[in-house]
Amino acid sequence: MASAAETKEALFGPVFNNNPIGLQILGICSALAVTTQMSVALVMCIALTSVTAFSNLFISMIRNVIPSSIRIIVQMTIIASLVIIVDQILGAVAYEISKQLTVFVGLIITNCIVMGRAEAFAMQNPPGISFIDGVGNGLGYSAVLMAVAFIRELFGSGSLFGYQVLALANDGGWYHPVGMLLLPPSAFFIIGLLIWALRVWKTEQVEEPDYEIGGHTALTKPA
Amino acid sequence: MTLRDYLDRIEPQFQEGGRFEKFYAVYEAVDTILYTPGQVTAGASHVRDAVDLKRIMTTVWLCAWVPMFAGMYFVGAQALGAMDAMGVESLAGWRGWVVEVLAGYDPASLWHCLVYGAVFFIPIYVVTFAVGAFWEITFATVRGHEINEGFFVTSILFALTMPATIPLWQVALGISFGIVIGKEIFGGTGKNFLNPALTGRAFLYFAYPAQSSGDSVWTAVDGFSGATPLGIAAAEGIAGVTASGIEWMDAFIGNIQGTVGGTSTVACMIGLALLLITKVASYRIVVGVILGMVGMSTLFNWIGSDTNPMFSMPWYWHFVLGGFAFGLTYMATEPVSAAMTNTGKWIYGALIGVLTVVIRVVNPAFPEGIMLAILFTNLLAPLIDWGVVRANVRRRVARGGL
Repeated sequence: MASAAETKEALFGPVFNNNPIGLQILGICSALAVTTQMSVALVMCIALTSVTAFSNLFISMIRNVIPSSIRIIVQMTIIASLVIIVDQILGAVAYEISKQLTVFVGLIITNCIVMGRAEAFAMQNPPGISFIDGVGNGLGYSAVLMAVAFIRELFGSGSLFGYQVLALANDGGWYHPVGMLLLPPSAFFIIGLLIWALRVWKTEQVEEPDYEIGGHTALTKPA
Repeated sequence: MTLRDYLDRIEPQFQEGGRFEKFYAVYEAVDTILYTPGQVTAGASHVRDAVDLKRIMTTVWLCAWVPMFAGMYFVGAQALGAMDAMGVESLAGWRGWVVEVLAGYDPASLWHCLVYGAVFFIPIYVVTFAVGAFWEITFATVRGHEINEGFFVTSILFALTMPATIPLWQVALGISFGIVIGKEIFGGTGKNFLNPALTGRAFLYFAYPAQSSGDSVWTAVDGFSGATPLGIAAAEGIAGVTASGIEWMDAFIGNIQGTVGGTSTVACMIGLALLLITKVASYRIVVGVILGMVGMSTLFNWIGSDTNPMFSMPWYWHFVLGGFAFGLTYMATEPVSAAMTNTGKWIYGALIGVLTVVIRVVNPAFPEGIMLAILFTNLLAPLIDWGVVRANVRRRVARGGL
């Protein structure tokens, strides 16, 4: 079993220091699609976290017997099976929300975070720590998704988890909802701004500029 | 003691190590607004010209005053005319007080109309300027770059694209979005690939469609309800517009509903003439936009449609309705976000004209198209330039037989 420090790093590192959305810019598609309501986003987070965790666990268990040339196919088979299980469970216990998630549960198969962790972590590490790594990356994904959904639902429809917080002007209240937040592109802006905030806080995540704009080519002197 | 002496005396406090070092950008802005910048070229540069960024921006700013005054007059004329027709006696609140002190409610009086329009437009402009200046100074101070006159242009153009009835808090949100997302996050003036004023306008358009998409109330009188001419045209065609009592000449002069700056085509044309004479605006872009618009609308006229009356709208109506003239004059010609190469400017302009008509005619959701057309083409400008440069390289290689 891994040391306590390693476990902690695997679990909480991906939340802020190595966030799959914020730093690696993976899994953006679902972050745009399922974040208009917090309840839908929460179910998506749980679904993705469990798929990542268990796919890491199972792939790590058989990592030493997978032939390297067909490893992606084997990983895909495991991930796809897990996604089908999650989809079926959602359809059984949370039918309404699974309707709202539409194809995005099925699309967890192609989510880069799941594939990325399987390939980059589970293939090299023992099952226990792999499972925790999967949970940690799921948490990192969830942190961003819930933050985006919080902003979009609160300012876009004045509610949180479907519960009306800000009284809408249409119903005689004071709040004019920002219609743009209900459109998918707004999630791009919000994720961009969140990444900006994250990198102001953790400056080591700032990337090197591709090039620097030079100064004036002509010498200048004060008049 | 002259003002120059005073500025020179306090300058050390803003220099590095001074007490107000952080506020150097503010000092620099005040200094260079009042006086010519103190830097002159000493090295061996090729081009020496009296025109600099400050003069270009100030020219555009002054040219925008033409549609501004015309817009204030027509906002007043529209509203006072509607009040007369509806039997409304007076305007409520502080605006009514100002109107009553300075003028009155006579729709035939030029002064009365101007004052009425001003009590709606000036608050919009003041809010735009104050909120925009706050973001501009904040970013300049934190990032250590200079405050730029470009902001004067952005603020007046943004304010002129507003309808008179817009709530002021929406104005504040819109200009914040335009300045921060449209310009500052990319590094400030000169590095923005989108027009900041239009970015802010587009934000309001999608965020609060009820107040800014132009299909209902834009006349500054309580209880008035009616679509803008372009909204009518989208539903009933040009026949509907003329049936509601609007002739082509009304639309050309500007006596129709619409945004403050965008209604009067003739005022925009005066501004355009000034910009072309001073060579601030590129004639290639301007002609390109007009050619693209005329070509595309003629094509649509020729195709025809039984269900969509916009297909049959002739080009001279496209020219005077909505914000076409304003967008053509002040937005499409903005040099930072436009194409840089001469051939590229023709393509860039034509694409704006074509897209404007396509969005107006084919898209059922938005009556106006020039804002989105310019923003889309802004995105394509670097690609257009790249294509033009590559084509030139290929031609020269072929000529050299390499």
